[in-house]
Amino acid sequence: MGEFKVHRVRFFDYMPSAIRAMAFNSRTERLAVARADGALEIFNFADHYFQEKVIPGQDGRAVEALCWVGQRLFSAGLNGEITEYDLENMRPRYTVEAYGGPIWTISSNSQGTLLAVGCEDGTVKMFELLDERIRFQRNLERQKGRIISLSWHPSGTLIAAGMMDMIRIFDAETGKEMQLDPGVIASKSKEVVVWSIAFLSDHTIVSGDSAGKVQIWDGLTGTLVKTHLVTKWDVLALAVSQDESSLVAGTSEGTVVQFQFIASTVDQQDKEWVRTRTFKNHSHDVRALAHTETAVVSGGMDTQLVVRPLLDKVEKNTQESALRKIAFPHRSLVCCAKKAGLLLFQFPDHLELWRVGESDGLGKPGDSLPVKRNPEKLIQLKRKGEDHICCSALSPCGGWLAYSTVSAVRLYRIQYNNISITKVSKLPKDLRSAHQLCFSSDSSKLFASSSHSSVVIVSLNQLECKHLHTLKPRSGESRPVHLLFASEDGKWLAAANADCEIHVYNLHKLKLHCTVPVHSSCPTAIAIHPVTSNLVVVHADQQIFEYSLMQKEYTEWSRKLQKQGLHSLWLERDTPVTHISYSPKNPAHIFLHDMFMFCIIDQSLPLPEAKTMLYNQMTLRSLPEPERIRHSHAFKISLPLCLLEDHSLVVVERPLLDIMSQLPAPVRQKKFAT
Amino acid sequence: MVEHGEIRVVHRGGSKLTSRDPVFSSDSRFLLCASGECVKVFSTSTEECIHDLRGHTELVTGVLLRPSNHLQVYSCSADGTVRLWDFTDGILIKTYVIGYPIYSIYASANHEGVIFLVTPAQSDKRSEMFQLVAVQLPQSGDQLVEARELSAVLSDVSSNPAAIVFGRGGEYIASANGLQLEVYFFKKQKAYRFPLKEDNKKGGKNTFMCVACHPKDDCIATGHEDGKIRLWRNFNHKKEYTYSTLHWHHSAVSSLCFTPEGTNLLSGGIESVLVQWRYNQESQRDFLPRLGAAITHIAVSPDGALFCTSHSDNSKELTVDTVVRTDLMMDPRSKSLVLNGKPGHLQFYSLQRDKLLYNLDIVQQEYIHESGLQQFEVVKAAFNASGNWLATVEERKQKAAELELNLKLWAYDEQTQSFVLNTTISAPHEAQITAMCFCHAADSQTTMLASTSKDGHFKAWQLAAQAHTEDEGPSWSCDFVGAYHDLVPECCCFSADGSLLAVSFQEVVTVWSPASWELLTTLSQPPGAIRDLCFGRLSCSKYLLGTSANNLLCCWNLLTCSLEWSTSMDVSLLLADPLSENMAAFCCQAGCTDLFVFKPSEPRPLFSRKEVCSGKVTRAVFAPREEMLESCEESSQWLNHSQLYFLTQYMDLMTFTTKAEEDRLMASSKQLVIDDSVAMTPFYLLLGKHRQQENQDSLGGMSAERTPLPQGSVAIREVGSPALFMLIYYFFSYMCSHGLREENKHTEEEMESEKEEEDSEGEMESSTRPKESLESEATESAAPALTKAQARELRRVKKLDHSWLAGLLDS
Repeated sequence: MGEFKVHRVRFFDYMPSAIRAMAFNSRTERLAVARADGALEIFNFADHYFQEKVIPGQDGRAVEALCWVGQRLFSAGLNGEITEYDLENMRPRYTVEAYGGPIWTISSNSQGTLLAVGCEDGTVKMFELLDERIRFQRNLERQKGRIISLSWHPSGTLIAAGMMDMIRIFDAETGKEMQLDPGVIASKSKEVVVWSIAFLSDHTIVSGDSAGKVQIWDGLTGTLVKTHLVTKWDVLALAVSQDESSLVAGTSEGTVVQFQFIASTVDQQDKEWVRTRTFKNHSHDVRALAHTETAVVSGGMDTQLVVRPLLDKVEKNTQESALRKIAFPHRSLVCCAKKAGLLLFQFPDHLELWRVGESDGLGKPGDSLPVKRNPEKLIQLKRKGEDHICCSALSPCGGWLAYSTVSAVRLYRIQYNNISITKVSKLPKDLRSAHQLCFSSDSSKLFASSSHSSVVIVSLNQLECKHLHTLKPRSGESRPVHLLFASEDGKWLAAANADCEIHVYNLHKLKLHCTVPVHSSCPTAIAIHPVTSNLVVVHADQQIFEYSLMQKEYTEWSRKLQKQGLHSLWLERDTPVTHISYSPKNPAHIFLHDMFMFCIIDQSLPLPEAKTMLYNQMTLRSLPEPERIRHSHAFKISLPLCLLEDHSLVVVERPLLDIMSQLPAPVRQKKFAT
Repeated sequence: MVEHGEIRVVHRGGSKLTSRDPVFSSDSRFLLCASGECVKVFSTSTEECIHDLRGHTELVTGVLLRPSNHLQVYSCSADGTVRLWDFTDGILIKTYVIGYPIYSIYASANHEGVIFLVTPAQSDKRSEMFQLVAVQLPQSGDQLVEARELSAVLSDVSSNPAAIVFGRGGEYIASANGLQLEVYFFKKQKAYRFPLKEDNKKGGKNTFMCVACHPKDDCIATGHEDGKIRLWRNFNHKKEYTYSTLHWHHSAVSSLCFTPEGTNLLSGGIESVLVQWRYNQESQRDFLPRLGAAITHIAVSPDGALFCTSHSDNSKELTVDTVVRTDLMMDPRSKSLVLNGKPGHLQFYSLQRDKLLYNLDIVQQEYIHESGLQQFEVVKAAFNASGNWLATVEERKQKAAELELNLKLWAYDEQTQSFVLNTTISAPHEAQITAMCFCHAADSQTTMLASTSKDGHFKAWQLAAQAHTEDEGPSWSCDFVGAYHDLVPECCCFSADGSLLAVSFQEVVTVWSPASWELLTTLSQPPGAIRDLCFGRLSCSKYLLGTSANNLLCCWNLLTCSLEWSTSMDVSLLLADPLSENMAAFCCQAGCTDLFVFKPSEPRPLFSRKEVCSGKVTRAVFAPREEMLESCEESSQWLNHSQLYFLTQYMDLMTFTTKAEEDRLMASSKQLVIDDSVAMTPFYLLLGKHRQQENQDSLGGMSAERTPLPQGSVAIREVGSPALFMLIYYFFSYMCSHGLREENKHTEEEMESEKEEEDSEGEMESSTRPKESLESEATESAAPALTKAQARELRRVKKLDHSWLAGLLDS
């Protein structure tokens, strides 16, 4: 008998949604990513590309373009509306109808005073940015055919519009079309769509079109300077670096082509745009691109976000120089009822409740056991309303199920003798919407993180559910809580928020016990030890801290770890730890896992030296002395993982290949030797 | 001067043209190619070779137009000299002695009077390290200038000449070696290095193969092992350099070249497709496919109108593949030399006009240009006497799969003037075919082909009209299958009248009658398997000659079925002249090949020549002359009917000519023969000057007592040659100084001494006769000059010289 009995769960058909649009805010180093289902994700590039916030989508909201104005984020979509988001509470703030048919593009001037949207009816509509709202200002001269792309000149006086078959330049002040008219791109046979356009400060206009060309225009005279045929299909996206020395174009082939503004001879000053590198990190269309200072960020139909560092801009062999692919959300979509052996899978529009399979066979370590009872799907619960599910939870006994959307929280009672589900109709008024839900270990309480870092406690019993208390941190204004953990003994509740604060509440006294010293990086997983009541926190920068709730200080082990520093191999990993659990057999063991690996930390063993290698379990088996940190790569991609009561381990796997196989076929490309 | 019939070995082409880049003259009228030890000048309009620039004593490793004078050209060689030529007239202007082997040469107009050479790194000669040095060429009026002021520019460069190139106007030089590109700016005196990763994840190999610089922009194109081309820009920054990647080639890019205006980039590789990339619009590219063989070099004429591609199969002139698997043959009809050409082809090469006539596609399958792929190869070919029929064997051996064999028979079509496939016999034998020959009987109506194979059988094939199909002409079918004691047949030969077929089964020769397929007799001379079989011709047709692996040349009399004579010599190749009784035997001895020409009826050779070339000769052919020569001298009579051509190890096609013939050719307009001042072989070059000088001396003083020492030391100093040459020289000068009044066989030049005319006949006897006395004399007179070791060596050489004669005389 091995250490654990492992349930390898392969029936979670999680399918991420395609990336539609992207906007990078270079001041705050936040990347906003819009997905095809209307969900919005905010990545913090300053904090190890951590997925800080997720704003769930909504039926009927299709985001076509995103735009940052200072700290404010706007989106526009084919439903013809402009939406501003409340990033504090992770919900849309308001929506404005533009009355111009579907909106293809949105762009703000560099001063941050005006917002221009390009509409299906051929108008460019200008909106004035007010403190709280936006107000329609006027239309620019109406054109025939839709406006697909827009780009402001950095001075804010001119705006270039990419249309069907042509490019127009407008005077932003008068709204008149400029006399010069660069571009009729039309080819004889078929219509050419100018998918993307960039207006540079030296009045160069760069366009990417459906004929596969990246064209450089002189915006002053309206003449074509150069044509680069980049692909046989479409050039869908363009992005220019801040200093306008580099430009990237995303194509339907999944390639990203870089152009650089280079002097043709070494000493001369006159420069030209030269095609340089080609990155191929996508299998499908690259729909959205962002050019940061050091990297090219691309996303598209294949749902992955790829951060490709430009090696001439970053130091070699640092964390920044590694290619990153972000394929999975940085939060858990699976909830496990430990005692009942149930799994709850969260999808944007429904929940699935499964019972894991069983086997009785006793095998040698490494054997796969015969399955006695197949896993079965007990319940598929469709959400109500048009808002997508943002979080969900299943009580450890399996009797309660809760989920929340932006607008409401729903709680259900489940009976298993002949499976039935009943909605708890009367919920306390304070429980309107939650960012995170969590049940206590005895399933008697539900914790829901509400607005302003507050945590609502609801007591549950067969008859009613009652609002017990609302826990609030001492400081006034605070970010929403994204992590909740209730300790096994029911005494502690830890709550972490996006401001990197972790508050620990005493549930017996119903008040704040302590605040863990703030680390600069966002916590990605928290857990409280069932025996020692030590709080373990893992941050986005892969640091591990252990905090004693009794002494209100870091433990000896944590200090030692910080003093010696973590192993470089551990720090090089590029996915955050998403879950922490403890071994019921050995209290010194901490289980951590991220997207790609599962590891056990044995606190009783000495720390690894900087030079020692970290081995996975297969090689470790032959070694006499176990290492301090043990990696196991035996599991391909384990989304979440839970420990069941009977010392068996549930690993939910979602191989990337399965996701790839569900994508639509990519554009056909001639491959050599096929 | 009276014409003499000396015979000398003449180089007839075929050596590798493509080891180095070809160079266009600035007016695009000439193309200069390094070829072996000379530089060939081709006309771009007629594609003919105009003349050779000869003078280097080792492989020419680079040709370069002089930047300051476009009518002059530099050539460098592994002999450590750089020579400056006037290539329009073929005149050597200057010789710069560098003193180290030179692997390539570069120059730029920006660096007046300086040439850049790649030499081995001096520090450590063992390691394969090379460095780029700048050499200031001294201004001097002398012919021979020592230039030893070397200053290293770059260390650790590649010896591949394509891996170094000057950038825009000579402001910088780019060198690629292994996985690193290095750019050196002359003005700033600063080098930038750009390493690539050894292997990217997708299995591509990033090793640099070649470099080219854009003529106007600062852009360096590099070709890589995985077929990628990278265009480097901004390379004056340590970190912010950038490159774009072009990928079309599937195997290594072997050559890259920008057009003079920089509008296009040309690339080539093993795919034998010339790819033209538009500069700055690299997605637009043009292809020139099916160039016949892998491209090794590309050159563009300065006016941009002509591209020159060199191919691995040497296809600019006579195509000599690195492996000639078929024998050399003569096409009886066109009197052209036939041998392997392009892959799967036979080439017909006119010796008279020194030109490739055409390639005949034998395999008739598309050749896939990819390394490591097994393809059909033409391994055997044979003509019948009239030239009406051609038989070819092609085979393909894959590692796991069994051998694929095809025997094809081609009929000559008068109308189309070419060969047309008549019959294809797939799998004619179960194993490799070892020999194949046609029945050469001129009168016989039915043509017969015999083939022997490693499967233990020999088969006879006959042309037979097929009765049941009228519309089809006659085709070939198997007539007889023979075997002998489960032995493997090695060679076969028809007698001249076609009445006998001799097949050798290891050490046994069986003689069959093709009419009745009766085994007439067996002849055997164990031990040693038979290597070659040959029937005598004309008056000697009663003789059958065979060579065995055991260094034996046997001659059987078929009338008596007994051994007529045999002699002990290691004959690597035996062949019969179809127009006379003569036979030629190439013997391999001590790394050199000797030639004997003899008649089977006479035990004495008509002609013999030591050290015809180095290495083993395995392919040779008698080419019938168009008009007979009327040479009366005994030693050159054998060349009257036909000319002997042979291929050396290095794929040089050589032949023997007589003086008379050469003079006639000289008179004719075409300058095929090179005047006396230019060397044919290293040996010739070594001795040429001295011989003349010596002859003059001996004419003047007639002094026979001259000691060989002074000349010997001169020779050493000037040439620094290996000891062997030195010894030959000693021996040689000894012979001369003793006034032996015969022409020595070892000279490879024409002697202009009047002494020779006195008796140029009977040289055989005279040189063979005084064996004992000669030896003693030699030690006497040469002893003072020789060290013990040299003397021993000399004795050894002499022993080698004469032992075979003793054997001949004894038999």
